[in-house]
Amino acid sequence: MISSSSNILPHFHSDHSLLWGLRFLALIAGSLLLLIVMFLLQESWPAFQHVGLRSFFTDEGWHPSEDLYLLTPMLWGTLWASLGSIMLAAPLGIGSAVFIQYYAPSFLAKPYRRLIELLAGIPSVVFGLWGLVVLVPLIARWQPPGPSLLAGILILFLMILPTITLVVQASLAQIPVSVIHHATALGLSRWSMIRSVILPTAKAGIFTGLFLGVARALGETMAILMVCGNVVQSPSHLFDPIRTLTANIALEVAYALGTHRSTLFVSGLLLMAMIVVFVVMAEGFRHREANAHTK
Amino acid sequence: MAPLISEIGKRFETLHPGTRVDVQTGGSSRGIADVVNGLADIGMASRALKPQEHALHGAIIAHDGITLILHQDNPVHDLTNEQIKAIYTGAITNWKTVGGLNAPITVINKAEGRSTLELFLQYFSLSNRQIRAHVVIGDNEQGIKTVEGNPHAIGYVSIGTVQYDARHGVPIRLLPLQHIPATLESVRNGTFPLSRPLTLVSKTLPTGLTETFIEFSRSPAVHDLILKQYFAPLP
Repeated sequence: MISSSSNILPHFHSDHSLLWGLRFLALIAGSLLLLIVMFLLQESWPAFQHVGLRSFFTDEGWHPSEDLYLLTPMLWGTLWASLGSIMLAAPLGIGSAVFIQYYAPSFLAKPYRRLIELLAGIPSVVFGLWGLVVLVPLIARWQPPGPSLLAGILILFLMILPTITLVVQASLAQIPVSVIHHATALGLSRWSMIRSVILPTAKAGIFTGLFLGVARALGETMAILMVCGNVVQSPSHLFDPIRTLTANIALEVAYALGTHRSTLFVSGLLLMAMIVVFVVMAEGFRHREANAHTK
Repeated sequence: MAPLISEIGKRFETLHPGTRVDVQTGGSSRGIADVVNGLADIGMASRALKPQEHALHGAIIAHDGITLILHQDNPVHDLTNEQIKAIYTGAITNWKTVGGLNAPITVINKAEGRSTLELFLQYFSLSNRQIRAHVVIGDNEQGIKTVEGNPHAIGYVSIGTVQYDARHGVPIRLLPLQHIPATLESVRNGTFPLSRPLTLVSKTLPTGLTETFIEFSRSPAVHDLILKQYFAPLP
């Protein structure tokens, strides 16, 4: 729509409104995050006042009915479960992506990709239910009690594997054909081409995939609640039950009042802080990589 | 308790055209807090009112029992209160000690804020800090699923929920308490030691529609609904 005939730059007006439209949308996206943080701060404020920041890290345990609000075991629970799952899912996800892109015969590559897409679409509560009635009893027969950090890691692994595979595969598919031609012309075998040319080129995409995987693992709630046992303790081995920050909120918020409820928002704030730290670390890593490339 | 009141509410709506009964869940403490804050006309509490809540008006509509459940394959058929206490505090950790198989015990506890937990602790005079649990669950169904999948687990749940499952082929067994079988009958006649009243709470003496609804919920006209949820109606 060009409304002004006298304007010698007829596209200027539309550009202008586009620019402001985009600015407005960006503002909404940015302020949403800000509003969430502000909301979390406001809701957890009573807890900070009554309990104090230090108690969350020094109390004897998590016993809201006795005014004890130790959060560190849940922090560790969240951290270990996410780390464990990403350590399993990263090699398998990247491997599957390489398989789809470079090794699978074409009649197999497409259905395999569809299969992974389907896996990505399964709701987390279904994974949780499967974990509760199949996986946990299996672990219980081997190393009781069953609901454990291990069960959580395995369920999270299943959930983030498709995300990583799909993102990595998409970034592999974007590598210019010329890169592959050059590598072939150098007489590289397929594996050495993938190892020393393809994977370094696709580093940013691989990184994004892993990042999305970890983010999903950190935030997962329902499935984790069903398979991890939810005992508040710092796990000393894989078969110990754990409670994550997310599970803590989901388990107690409907029944919590007053300070107890407020401390659950502190759990949310802590989770948010964890994700911020994680993003900053990831950004730092990406910068270092980018600098290393330009040198 | 919410599923029961939803059913009663539906029947009440058909008998009193033009009224709507809006049922929300969230635990006994929430039910009472919402009445105190004026957010709800009637609160649901699956426990008796505490001494500090006696300014409120509570009307009991039915009773529910809480009992311990084991897997059907567990050879243990009876536990004394002392044994249960020892299991839950971690003093007994193997079924062998109480005449069962040589297998470690998996202790299931309830999450903070549930009135089932409060009643259990109160009955066995324990505090939640003393309990050494391996699994902490949110709702009854999760506890039943855990026992179903682990023959060496022990948990406690509402008799209402578990009786339904036990009769529908779920391999779990309800333990008697102090040799009194965990049945609806023993809860109804008041002999079962660990039971709780399902209470409707109002801020002031109920009047008008509120009163009609509470009276209706206490009347024999809803006994079939109460029995269907495996709770014990008033005698």
